[in-house]
Formats: sequence, C-alpha cells, structure tokens
Amino acid sequence: MDILNFENIFEGKLSRNEMIEPKDWMPENYRKHLIRQISQHAHSEIVGMLPEGNWISRAPSLRAKLVLMAKVQDEGGHGLYLYTAAESLGTSRDEMLDALHTGKAKYSSIFNYPTLSWADIGTIGWLVDGAAIMNQVMLQRSSYGPYSRAMIRICKEESFHQRQGYEIMTKMAFGTPEQKEMAQDALNRWWYPTLMMFGPPDVESPNSDNAIKWRIKRETNDQLRQRFVNQTVEQAEYLNLTIPDKNLKWNEAKKGYDFSEPNWAEFKNVISGNGPCNKERLDKRRQAHQDGEWVRAAATAYAKKQNESYQAA
Amino acid sequence: MNSPALFNYTLRLADSSLVLAQRLCEWTSVGPFLEEDLALTNIALDIFGRARHLYEYAARLENKGRSEDDLAFLRNDRDYLNCLICEQPNGDYAQTMIRQAMVDCFDLYYYTELAKSKDETLAGIAAKSIKEITYHKRHSFSWVMRFGNGTDESHTRAQNALNELWRFTGEWFERTEDEDNLVNQSIAVDVTAIHPKWEKEITELFMQANLSIPSKVFMQTGGRKGLHTEHLAYLLLEMQALPRMLPNAKW
Repeated sequence: MDILNFENIFEGKLSRNEMIEPKDWMPENYRKHLIRQISQHAHSEIVGMLPEGNWISRAPSLRAKLVLMAKVQDEGGHGLYLYTAAESLGTSRDEMLDALHTGKAKYSSIFNYPTLSWADIGTIGWLVDGAAIMNQVMLQRSSYGPYSRAMIRICKEESFHQRQGYEIMTKMAFGTPEQKEMAQDALNRWWYPTLMMFGPPDVESPNSDNAIKWRIKRETNDQLRQRFVNQTVEQAEYLNLTIPDKNLKWNEAKKGYDFSEPNWAEFKNVISGNGPCNKERLDKRRQAHQDGEWVRAAATAYAKKQNESYQAA
Repeated sequence: MNSPALFNYTLRLADSSLVLAQRLCEWTSVGPFLEEDLALTNIALDIFGRARHLYEYAARLENKGRSEDDLAFLRNDRDYLNCLICEQPNGDYAQTMIRQAMVDCFDLYYYTELAKSKDETLAGIAAKSIKEITYHKRHSFSWVMRFGNGTDESHTRAQNALNELWRFTGEWFERTEDEDNLVNQSIAVDVTAIHPKWEKEITELFMQANLSIPSKVFMQTGGRKGLHTEHLAYLLLEMQALPRMLPNAKW
C-alpha cells in the first residue's frame, strides 16, 4: 500500500469518528502535534503540583491537608497517564523530561503565578481546574485512543477538584473579614491568568485548524473562554465576590457576558519565561530530578544485580 | 478508667503520627521520580489519616470542647509528645527511608499489639493501621535493600543515615509510670516486650542491606516529656501558621 492509501484509511477513520490507535498509521504532523500536546499537558500536571504543593505543609486543618495532598497526588497520577499516552507515540519519558528541563517544552503558563495565600488553593481548584475541565472535556472524544481514555479518567477527577476548590472558597468567602479579603484578593490575582488558559484569541491561534480537523480540539479558544465566563459569573455572585472587570456585563443579544480581554502582552511575556515564577518552577523541577538521580541509579543497579543472581541460580 | 493517662497516651500516638506525616509530605511534588512521589504521598496520607482518628478520640477523651484540629494546631512544641525520630529532618531519600524502615518495623509490632487493646477505639484504629503499615514496611524495607546494595553512593548515604538516626530509636522502648497502669489494664502496649522482636528484625534487614548499626551510641530521649530536638518548633511553626494567625476562622 502506498502512503496515499494509508492516508485514506486514516481520514476514513477520522470521518467515521473512530479512534486512531498506537499501531495505526498516522501522518507525521498528526503524531508530532499529539506528542507536543500530550507531553505539554503531562508537564503541566507535574509542574502544577508545585504551586499547590507549596501549601500542603500549611493547610489549616487536618481535613484540608488530606484533601489537598490527595489532589496533588491526583495531578501526579494524571501526569503519569499522560506520559504513558505520549510514549505510545514513540517518545520516551526521559526525552520528554529533558525537553521540560531544558526549557524546550512548554507547560501551562498558569502555574508560573505564585500561590500567596490559602485562598489561592481554593481559587486554583475553582477557576484553574474549572477552566482546565472546559478545555479538556472535548479531549475525552479526541481521535487518539490512549489520549481519549486518559482524559476520561482525568476529567472525572478534575471535577472533584473543582468542587473542592469551590468548597474552600465558600468557607473563605463566608468566613471572617480577613478570610473574605483573602478570597477577593485571590480572585483578583487569578481571574485574568485563568482567562489566558484558553489560549490566544482565535485570530492569532496558530494550532487550532488542524487540531479541530483531527478531533484533538473541538471548540475554539474564544468559544471556550466565553463559556467559562458565563459559567463563572454566577458562581462568583453566590460567593459575594467581585470579578475584577468593570466591563463585565450581560449581553442579551449574544446570551452571554461581555468581558475585558486579558493582557495578552503579559501572556506572551509569561510564556517566554518572564512570569513571576517561571524560574522557581523550572529550578525546582530540575533540582528534584537531579536530587533523584542517585536514587534512580541505585534502584537500577540493584535490579540488575538481582536479575543476575536470579539468572545465575 | 484512667482518663487523663489514656488521653495522654492517645495524644502521644497522634502526635507521632502527625509529625512523621508532616515530614513525609515535604516530599510531595519533589520526589525522586513520579511513581515514588505518588507512593510516598500515599504513605503520608495513611499516616495523617491515622493521626486524625487518634486526635478525634483524644478530643473525646478529654471532653473539654477541643477539636481534633485544636489539638493539632493550637498546642506548642513543649506540649507535643511525639517521639524524636519522627521530627528529624528528611535529609536525602536514604535518610527518609532509613527512618521510615525503622518506624514501620516498630509500628507494625506496636499496632499489632494495640489491636488487642481492651480499649475498643484504640484497638479499632490499630486494626485498620496494620494493613497500611504492612504495605509501608514492604516499601521502606525494599528501599533500604536497594540503597544498601545498589551503588557505592547509595550505600554511603544509607550508612550515614543509619549513623545519624540510630540514636533516636532507644526512646521507643522506655516505659513511663503513667503507661504502666495502662499496660496493666491491657490498654496500652508493653514496649519492653516488642523491643527484642524489633531489634532482631531491623538488625537482619540492615545485615542483608550490608549496613552496620553504629555501636556505643548514646540514646536520645525526651519526646514524651515534650523535650524535643530543635527541629520540632520550626515544623510546628509552619504547620500551625494559619490557624494561629486567624484563631477565629473556620477552615
């Protein structure tokens, strides 16, 4: 069969909404796009453990501590499924980690913002996980089988996380004046970075066209951003918190809110490495990996010795 | 029933669990590799869970309106009764695992005995813990084997860790007067009875891992009297910061 036939089979599967599996032929740019997207997603989970991990030792109740640890652990689990899904496309965990540590691979820019108070932990669950779910729900039906299956599981856990985050916000927003102030301050700081999570405006988004054709993406950045704002305004109202946008206003004609765009210059700046915590996050990942080197080497050496003595016996 | 003594006894177990878990969770998100990060976090979660049950029970025994969180977050280091080994810094992964192996080995004997306690609540908490500790021990013991027999570097690190931590293991086997009464009532565990079993098993592990227990070590003590190493105050300062800052807040 020549390439053209393979391509026909591939296109046929896509058009019938069938899954592409690891052993199926796929166009090289499809494979590349997926490796980039899935590994970037995996890195985001792993780096995303850091801002939340920052508060584990200071979680203000035993229950809050257990919930937060379980959440951070879930993020690690997501990273694990996603690295495995990416490996099925012919890359390795070492290669992917190397790309992360050398700064070649990207991860979600949202994690380059600091977690300054306990309310940030609530806000990350409420807004950041909320936005992530909105981005990710469509990936459950992505054309690549292993990715789709990983995302089904991830989305289930993410909706727990969102509820947990909102629970923290409820306690803070209805708590003491100081707690309420923390909650409002966290919303003020995280609102625009969260809107940036949907990516640049459609007119500037370079990767969307193919992604939609390949069912790796199903809605555009702007559509998702609009849906997120519509959903979140009511939740903020319930909490008596103010979304930091003077232009936020219901627009009857489009049955949605008008809202201010985030500062896209800031977005580009953070993506290119200049966010408040880019350096800290990458340094910490690199350091952890480097500190773990001798541990991994010891495990490998011991396994090899065990294997040899097993074979000798 | 000797309630103040039982309260103190329960609190001591709770404090040791909480302080150890607080140490372990420092590894979450920066473990040596992803699978191990998840595994150690799981272990820390189990131990926090146990601490929580014990604090709940202690609060009930005390019956002065203090909650589990009040006991954990609003007591000072001098009132904390945990064993010194639990508060020792994590150091490198060898130090964390050597500490964990010694603790797991001790805890498995201890909670197996406690599961037979005449105090049903303690017996119930202990019975649940046995399964968890059995798994924790398998995990930490296998890391001690890997480090001891892995590379020169891992062996050196493991030996250093053992040299550093051995001096905190004597405290486990001391008995206080308070405790004697509870032991006589078959409520508390008689630590003197598990001492030889622990020592035999841990010695075997270290032998197999090619590690030597340091000799002529002076055993440190004080945790039960609230006399700690300098590390505990920092640990509590960080852990308790928020509830102390906003004492009227609910979380």
